[in-house]
Amino acid sequence: MQTTWDWDFSAEIFPRLMEGMLVTVAVTLIGIVIAVILGLFLALGRRSNQPWISYPTAWFIEFIRSTPLLIQLFFFYYALPQARDLPRWLTTWPAFITMFVALGVHYACYASEAYRAGIESVPKGQWEASTTLNLKIKTTWRSVILPQAIPRSLPPLGNYFVAMFKDAPIGSAITVQGVLFVARATQSASFRSVEPYTLAGLLFLAVSIPAAMFVRRLERRVAYESD
Amino acid sequence: MSQIEYSPPTPKGAASIEMRDVTKAFGELVVLNDLSLDVDAGEVVVIIGPSGSGKTTILRVVMTLERIDDGYIKIGDRQLYHEEKDGEPTWASEKHIRSVRSDISMVFQHFNLFPHMSARQNVMLAPIKVKGLNEDEAAEKAKILLDRVGLGDKLDHRPSELSGGQKQRVAIARSLAMEPRVMLFDEVTSALDPELVGEVLNVLRELAASGDMTMMMVTHEMGFAREMADRVLMFDRGRILEQGPPDQIFIDPEHERTKSFLKAVLSH
Repeated sequence: MQTTWDWDFSAEIFPRLMEGMLVTVAVTLIGIVIAVILGLFLALGRRSNQPWISYPTAWFIEFIRSTPLLIQLFFFYYALPQARDLPRWLTTWPAFITMFVALGVHYACYASEAYRAGIESVPKGQWEASTTLNLKIKTTWRSVILPQAIPRSLPPLGNYFVAMFKDAPIGSAITVQGVLFVARATQSASFRSVEPYTLAGLLFLAVSIPAAMFVRRLERRVAYESD
Repeated sequence: MSQIEYSPPTPKGAASIEMRDVTKAFGELVVLNDLSLDVDAGEVVVIIGPSGSGKTTILRVVMTLERIDDGYIKIGDRQLYHEEKDGEPTWASEKHIRSVRSDISMVFQHFNLFPHMSARQNVMLAPIKVKGLNEDEAAEKAKILLDRVGLGDKLDHRPSELSGGQKQRVAIARSLAMEPRVMLFDEVTSALDPELVGEVLNVLRELAASGDMTMMMVTHEMGFAREMADRVLMFDRGRILEQGPPDQIFIDPEHERTKSFLKAVLSH
């Protein structure tokens, strides 16, 4: 392969790629908020002693984890709007919203597993001490179990957040104008592939490497505090 | 099931414990076998016996950490596991159990302090969340209780910064904060280094002397049992093998099993 790197062309497309990157980061951040909150509820739902809560929750988690994000995305964006019996506001969402909802729900199922591991790592004695103090179950969760479980869940959650960021470009398949969408559009218009995809890759590295380093530090810190 | 009697809540102060025909099994393994036991209000009862004999399970069923399969338990005048519905005795609701459980507290072998809270916060949590005290009242109460167990200078220390003996004293203060009428101690010195056992036993001596609560303890500290107990129960295979004043059990036990157990324990 013989090609040349055009610095002027790179400088010209860089601002557009940055705008695309902001969209990708925004999708990821909103998706993370959904995954963090919904994941906790799914973890609690799965542990519920009410079978009508725990079984559907477990089934939902398994279903989402066992199907690819891209299929879920296409389902939300292309298949759901064809359910004409349902109100339109429920079935037809803009690409940007569809993307962060699909990303958030998909990773909420993984996050729920991280929470579950954190919850199960809290010793049984902590539950028993809460019983001897006659704490209500809600207080036990809020004041005793979750403050210990959540820090232990943070390292795996951090890894999922980095993975979410790397999955966010899938949104280009449903026209979310993130960095990959911009790179493809640039390639189509200019017939140059090297600069847009190289710069897009470098932009990803610029965010994901510091994020991964932060997660490693977090892992070491949590391991240290758990000693 | 034995005849169950009901009566209204009694005022605070040490409460008696009445266990009748209590049975508890884990699968095929029967741990408590038709156990009946009466403990007077303010009495200090020490339970001894070989491991696996069911002595910890007695404490755990009184604390409701394990539910009984049959029989009944009364704390003071109140049934722990039963209540009357439509004139019929039935297994109690969680609400009823919580209500009676407020009279009971337990200290564990491995402390079970909340590691993310300071000593003071450990002691404050239940008074705030269960008894409805405000922050200032609970903090003041925690300070008084931690002073009482000799830890007035460790209020803001986390459990990880305390020795085993100090952790156990925080755990005792935490239980005392609930003003229990019955206090259960499960091998509270077994996890401690030998030089730290004395400081915990001193706190227990002070509690026993106060007579503010009924105390049931499982311990391997035979010297302490002999000194502090009003009554010693020798437990074996889910039943009380023999019981009596400490001198009788330690000097002149009736059963061969008790003699061999004491010989084995005291020779260590």
